[in-house]
Amino acid sequence: MDELRTTTNEHDTTQYIVIKIGEEQYGINIAFVDNIVRMQHITRVPKVPAYLKGVINLRGIVVPVMSLRLKMGLEEDEITKATRIIILKNEAAGTIGIIVDEVKEVITLDNEQVEKVATTDNSPDHVNFVQCVGKCGQDLVSILDLNAVTIEKE
Amino acid sequence: MDVSQYLEIFLDETKEHLQNLNTQILELEQDSENMDTVNEIFRAAHSLKGMAGTMGYKRMQNLTHDMENVFSEVRNGNIKVQPGMIDILFQCLDALEGYLAAIQETSDEGTNDNENLIKALNDILNSKGGSVEAPAKEEAKEEAKAEASGDAKASDAAPASDSKEKWQEIKLTDTEKDLFAKAKEEGQHFYGITVYIQESCILKAARAFLVFKALEERGEILLSKPSTQDIEDEKFEFDFSLIVVSKDSFDNIKEAIKSVSEIEDAFGRELTDADFGGALEASEEKAEEPAEAKEETHVAAAPKAPATTDNAAKAGDKKPVAKPVVNRTVRVDIEKLDVLMNLVSELIIAKNSLVSSTSSDDTKQNSNFNEQIEYLESVTTNLHESVMKVRMVPIESVVSKFPRMIRDMQKSLNKKMELHMSGEETELDRTVVDEIGDPLMHLLRNSADHGLESAEVRKERGKPETGNIYLDAYQDGNNVVIEVRDDGNGIDVEKVRDKAISRGTITPEQAENMSDKEIIDLLFLPSFSTKEVVSEISGRGVGLDVVKSKIEALSGEVEVKSKLGEGSTWTVRLPLTLAIIQALMVVVGNEKYAISLGSIQTIEDISPSEIKLVQNKEVIQLRGSVIPIIRLSNVVEVESTKSPEDNLVVVIVKKGDRLAGLVVDELIGQQEIVIKSLGKYISKCKFISGATILGDGEVALILDANALI
Repeated sequence: MDELRTTTNEHDTTQYIVIKIGEEQYGINIAFVDNIVRMQHITRVPKVPAYLKGVINLRGIVVPVMSLRLKMGLEEDEITKATRIIILKNEAAGTIGIIVDEVKEVITLDNEQVEKVATTDNSPDHVNFVQCVGKCGQDLVSILDLNAVTIEKE
Repeated sequence: MDVSQYLEIFLDETKEHLQNLNTQILELEQDSENMDTVNEIFRAAHSLKGMAGTMGYKRMQNLTHDMENVFSEVRNGNIKVQPGMIDILFQCLDALEGYLAAIQETSDEGTNDNENLIKALNDILNSKGGSVEAPAKEEAKEEAKAEASGDAKASDAAPASDSKEKWQEIKLTDTEKDLFAKAKEEGQHFYGITVYIQESCILKAARAFLVFKALEERGEILLSKPSTQDIEDEKFEFDFSLIVVSKDSFDNIKEAIKSVSEIEDAFGRELTDADFGGALEASEEKAEEPAEAKEETHVAAAPKAPATTDNAAKAGDKKPVAKPVVNRTVRVDIEKLDVLMNLVSELIIAKNSLVSSTSSDDTKQNSNFNEQIEYLESVTTNLHESVMKVRMVPIESVVSKFPRMIRDMQKSLNKKMELHMSGEETELDRTVVDEIGDPLMHLLRNSADHGLESAEVRKERGKPETGNIYLDAYQDGNNVVIEVRDDGNGIDVEKVRDKAISRGTITPEQAENMSDKEIIDLLFLPSFSTKEVVSEISGRGVGLDVVKSKIEALSGEVEVKSKLGEGSTWTVRLPLTLAIIQALMVVVGNEKYAISLGSIQTIEDISPSEIKLVQNKEVIQLRGSVIPIIRLSNVVEVESTKSPEDNLVVVIVKKGDRLAGLVVDELIGQQEIVIKSLGKYISKCKFISGATILGDGEVALILDANALI
């Protein structure tokens, strides 16, 4: 099993879950995704940054949920039927859920199809959430840098 | 062989054996003639040696080997137990603990050979020449005692003890004799077998069980030594003996035993009439003169035939010094229990939603369904309780190391003292038990060093020279109370006051206004020690503040009461479990919050006119005391659903001596809640101590009243 997995990695393809926020498409490396759940009641937690929407009950575990929109400085989420919470598993930061407008599909990208993007904004406050851009047919998918998304600014 | 996977088991078991050795050697110090203790020590040392050898820790093995040698000589009565020897043995245990610590950290035992200890042990061994020459009378006495002290010793005296076929030591009674005669007619054979398990074997009991199973397929096991129960509990070394009746040939039986893996060898032969000869004679004798036989067992010094020794009587003799019954246990990773706990909570949540969905449409068809749900309810409640109980462990595992510690301190402090413990069986949540050891140790050391006076002073004051330290644990409602008490000097409040002033902790004016209790509480401040001379044990002022913060981290509290000249009592109060609490559910705005019932004093209905302003802060007067009130809606930043004219629901909470009133919008009721962590993201919110999942699956936050005051 383990060997099989390493050989697939050597082929240099990665699977991404494509999500939509507003009009833009983002890709999330599937290796970090634990689960995708429907929008549900979020219990607000007082005195935390606005982008932390609160906590949900994920099968007996209390999981914090953040709004990707607010974190990226976009306007407040509009909850629709398509809204989903993507539960991310991150060794360092623990489990966290992010709210996205829509989950579209899973794509497999060759690492050659992914290009690094250079940031043009060098101000210290600026956090770059996009690691690189993948080309999928005609579409462009911005690959999210999950560390940048989940790390909390002090 | 790769042994790394067994490292954890090895560490656990070694710790257990070391603890056992500590206790037993302490006992030996009190009663140096107790052969049961010696046997127990020998057994533990032997197991330690075997385990260290298996894991490849040569230095540890060498040291335990020499210890074992000493015990073996003690067991054979060649060496007498002396105080100096006990000291050396304790040093050996410390050295072993040192190895263990090194192994735990680096999985290597380090390079300390502890040659001086090995030499000391060998000196003990070599000096036995002297004690061997002790009067023969002594030896005879020893021997008589050996006979009386039971089979462990008797087996040493038995002629067959050095032969491989230890089964010959099994005593055949007339029951077996009758069976033997009958079986012979049926063409069955009796075999005496001794099975040796490889010394590297880790699961001895499991191997023995397989042997038993293999034999039971071919016949019947009549007798075993040690007893089946002891074998199951792994109370044997690397061999056990059996008397088996079977139609199979001996070779077949032997084959069957050896087919079990990790079995070194099996020895034995078929039993003949001759083997029962002695027994036959004896049983006849017994039949003729039962009274005499009974008397013989009473004396039990040298029965003509071993078979006459009544086992029951023997067991009775041994009872007063009975070893603690070893519980049959399975080691479980605490994380697995947490998973189990989560599943149970989920089950409860699922059940609750079923209940609420049926109560909404109350047609009569549902009665059967409701019955089933009620049944489900009782099952989940029981399941929940059982899982909670699994997490509880007796505090014994932490307090059992204290007698040894006090003994050592007695020497280093040059004071006479004794530790009395009670309530070791009191149970607490595993997570609490793991953390409570250090604070208790600090308190005990504190009592021993600061509390108790030296023997001379005690004599002057008309107290017995030996100081007493008590450690009592008991359950009190939803709390467990652990008291550390001493009959020493008590806390000198004036001294503490002067010290606090000279250190600038408080001003002289403040000191004037402080009550004795407040002064004593200063002791819990960091870097505060009243002891003039800093000793090795305590007095650096890093004790009590750590004790306090650790206990508070476990949601417990610590108090001290003291009377100058009579002693002090430190009371530690801990919640039974950290995972589940009784809580009051309240509504603030439209959100539900839980407040731990432990901190709630009363609930009051207050009209808005009763609220007064003091220093621009809202307070109420309640039964003569002024209590500040905190509007929770402001704290959690929501709009209160109540209008300003409505009466206020005020929950009065207590932290130590201070009270505060929390204003909530509505009360829901009391509920048992499972505490869940909020995770790393949301840790900055001080007054939220966690979250819980309600019956409808919704998450409610737990307010920490202590942080609000």
